[in-house]
Amino acid sequence: MTKSADRTPKIDVRVTQIVDVTSEIKRFRFEPTDGKPLPVFAGGAHVVVEMEDGDTLRRNPYSLMSSPGATDAYNISVRRDPGGRGGSMFMHDRVTVGSLLRLSHPVNLFPIDRRARKHLLFAGGIGITPTLAMMSELARYGDAFELNYAVRSENDGAYLDQLRNTYGKRVSIYRDDQGEQIPLTTLLAAQPLGTHLYVCGPGGMMNWVLSTAEGLGWPAQNLHSERFLAPPSGSPYEVRLAASDLSIKVGPHQSMLEAIEAAGVDAPYLCRGGACGQCETRVISFDGTLLHNDHYLTDDEHAGGQKVMPCVSRFEGRELVLDR
Amino acid sequence: MLVEGIKSRPIYSPLVARTGTLHLFMADGEGAQAILDLATTASPGFFERAHICYIPRAAAGRGFESALQALNPAAFYVGPTVAAALPRLAVELANAHMGTQIYLAGTEGMIGQAMVVALAAGVDQASIQREHRGSEARRVQCVHCKGITEDVTTQPAKCAHCGLMLLVRDHYSRRIGAFQGVCVDAEMPGTAPDPEEAFR
Repeated sequence: MTKSADRTPKIDVRVTQIVDVTSEIKRFRFEPTDGKPLPVFAGGAHVVVEMEDGDTLRRNPYSLMSSPGATDAYNISVRRDPGGRGGSMFMHDRVTVGSLLRLSHPVNLFPIDRRARKHLLFAGGIGITPTLAMMSELARYGDAFELNYAVRSENDGAYLDQLRNTYGKRVSIYRDDQGEQIPLTTLLAAQPLGTHLYVCGPGGMMNWVLSTAEGLGWPAQNLHSERFLAPPSGSPYEVRLAASDLSIKVGPHQSMLEAIEAAGVDAPYLCRGGACGQCETRVISFDGTLLHNDHYLTDDEHAGGQKVMPCVSRFEGRELVLDR
Repeated sequence: MLVEGIKSRPIYSPLVARTGTLHLFMADGEGAQAILDLATTASPGFFERAHICYIPRAAAGRGFESALQALNPAAFYVGPTVAAALPRLAVELANAHMGTQIYLAGTEGMIGQAMVVALAAGVDQASIQREHRGSEARRVQCVHCKGITEDVTTQPAKCAHCGLMLLVRDHYSRRIGAFQGVCVDAEMPGTAPDPEEAFR
């Protein structure tokens, strides 16, 4: 079952440091086992971490937070999510210094737009990780930027002192328990022409920031966001893979993509979180309801029933046939 | 005489009232009508956050000034020439913020020059709308002497600076807001065809 049909190149790494950042967040340092330099990446990139958890091969995307120039090691931060499917718990409870893991090459679905005159960053909670790498890059280029970071409290906020010390006034921190809130409308209305906005955080915060900016007349091209969805759980169902001539079962806590991979079929993917569109698969026929869940396809495409994103989409009904 | 399908040829479309915190309008000649047409569908209060800059040019005396003023924009300016109005636009943009929408309507020469000012101020392309109204006359840069000739209506056209006879191309420079003119009789000087009206 752990056999992966995925033939894309991987990077074998050893965990060389684990730091408790807050009571819920740990930072992991990965160094390549072969000692060769890691691929360079740009701020906003993520890697998919493969975890062999018994019979289950978990693959979770995590944003790289280290300085983009550093090729000796990558750092990621993981928030413990007891309500999740188990990837973050595996990282927190099972991975130790010395553990061997396998990474995808870095992929960037949340790049900096270098045409911007100014970069306005928003982060909420663990959403701080990609912005750390972005700021490191922006500071190196001498670009104008500003971070607005919302956390639950001083203790729950990751990297607060590091941010204050490194970036000073360019960072504004808002603590929920102190009743502090990002003065969003005022802030957005005061931005100079040519500002690009980036937001990473909980869904509610992202919708709030993006819809407020749109409502003030910001062009869509200036708005950037990244949100990895965890594949939702649901009832088990069967899928017919027409091109492979296989019928597979998708378990309640398994994604369609994971089930396809477990059956030994090579399926494309990048983000595994409904964002990038890489795993888009043609639906040949279905008798039931497609539960799309992704935020890649348009509303019309969701209604059309011609495509699914197996990384987060599920199905309820009698039969689903995919061109895979 | 023109090569078809040149991709740099600007494409224009009717102005529509967008969501924004400030609406900057610049129009010349019959471009005023594009603003008046937009006004018929704009939401109430739209012009309370609008600044209109209008250069009547050939449309002077047709009542466009008073019609625009009747929209009650937050600021209204009527100027004698595009050249005099452009620095005003630059100053307005220097004080503008994200959420500003730009609306340009009228001749291609005015639109092109206003675009240059707006892009230099950091305005995003997506925030600029352009609607061509009125004369087809072109602003042309001579590729040889780099001089710019305004309101070119003929093909070929004489460069107002170096005197060469130029083929006016669809090839457009966004950087300087002008079409490119290339010498039409370089191999045998003096054999250029007589200019004919091509851009009314």
